[in-house]
Amino acid sequence: MPFTAAVITFPGSNCDRDMAVAIEQITGGTVHRVWHGDAELPAGLDFIALPGGFSYGDYLRSGAMAARSPVMQAVIAAANRGVTVLGVCNGFQVLTEAGLLPGALMRNAGIRFVCRDVPLVVENSQSLFTACYTAGQRITIPVAHHDGNYFADAETLDRLEGEGRVAFRYGEPVNGSQRDIAGVLNAAGNVLGMMPHPERMIEPAQGGSDGRALFESVLAGLSVAA
Amino acid sequence: MKVRVHVSLKNGVLDPQGRAIHHALEGLGFEGVNDVRAGRLIEMDVADSTTDAALEDMCRKLLANQVIENFRIEKVA
Repeated sequence: MPFTAAVITFPGSNCDRDMAVAIEQITGGTVHRVWHGDAELPAGLDFIALPGGFSYGDYLRSGAMAARSPVMQAVIAAANRGVTVLGVCNGFQVLTEAGLLPGALMRNAGIRFVCRDVPLVVENSQSLFTACYTAGQRITIPVAHHDGNYFADAETLDRLEGEGRVAFRYGEPVNGSQRDIAGVLNAAGNVLGMMPHPERMIEPAQGGSDGRALFESVLAGLSVAA
Repeated sequence: MKVRVHVSLKNGVLDPQGRAIHHALEGLGFEGVNDVRAGRLIEMDVADSTTDAALEDMCRKLLANQVIENFRIEKVA
């Protein structure tokens, strides 16, 4: 079976095409584009990506409306079945609002929208999403967000760190995130949410290709499992 | 029935917007402002038969994110 992925588009998503192109180019698989109003996902998915953007204009809270859209019930069910799910930027916000990941993403501590390349440290290189990186590796990936300030209570943060669920940490202060957390995994390890955009760093023409290994990791992990 | 839902950040959760507002008030020359926290007010018109349990359910499922926010329901009339 070829690698089969879905990219979900919400009203206001704007990184969905970039995400689809990155997955297609790196995995050579099939990417279905799925609309938020669809109640069902295509059959046989290996991978679901929730892209960046400003779903529903960030009304109420970033990601809040999208998390309650019809397709998300299917995404939650798929995640619980073990399908690999990646949420980037607004997708990360949607995953926390949907309860698939702990914590919340609040307004950046400096109030400003932050749009620049940032250094990231790969904290856990054993995960489904990071196996093609090395632990402690410093990579450069762009961020572009207003609400990327990761918040969770101290107990939750300790648990995340203790269980190796902090996948990426910022290498410098970016948005006020607790413990500089840039990306977190769920307990089962098949769901990752991150604010930086790996799909925007997949070839030298984009200024770097440090994001490629994330998609290569997902592909490699699924090949091993299959 | 008119209902107001007051959503506020939990204690201990940093409020960058409140801080910016605080800073702006000081910039305007207002003195003695000790702290500012920004919340959200949601006004709804619901059927008179709507139960308290249903209103709380609305808050928990959508209107407030209980990881970072508290909510208070006020029935206006």
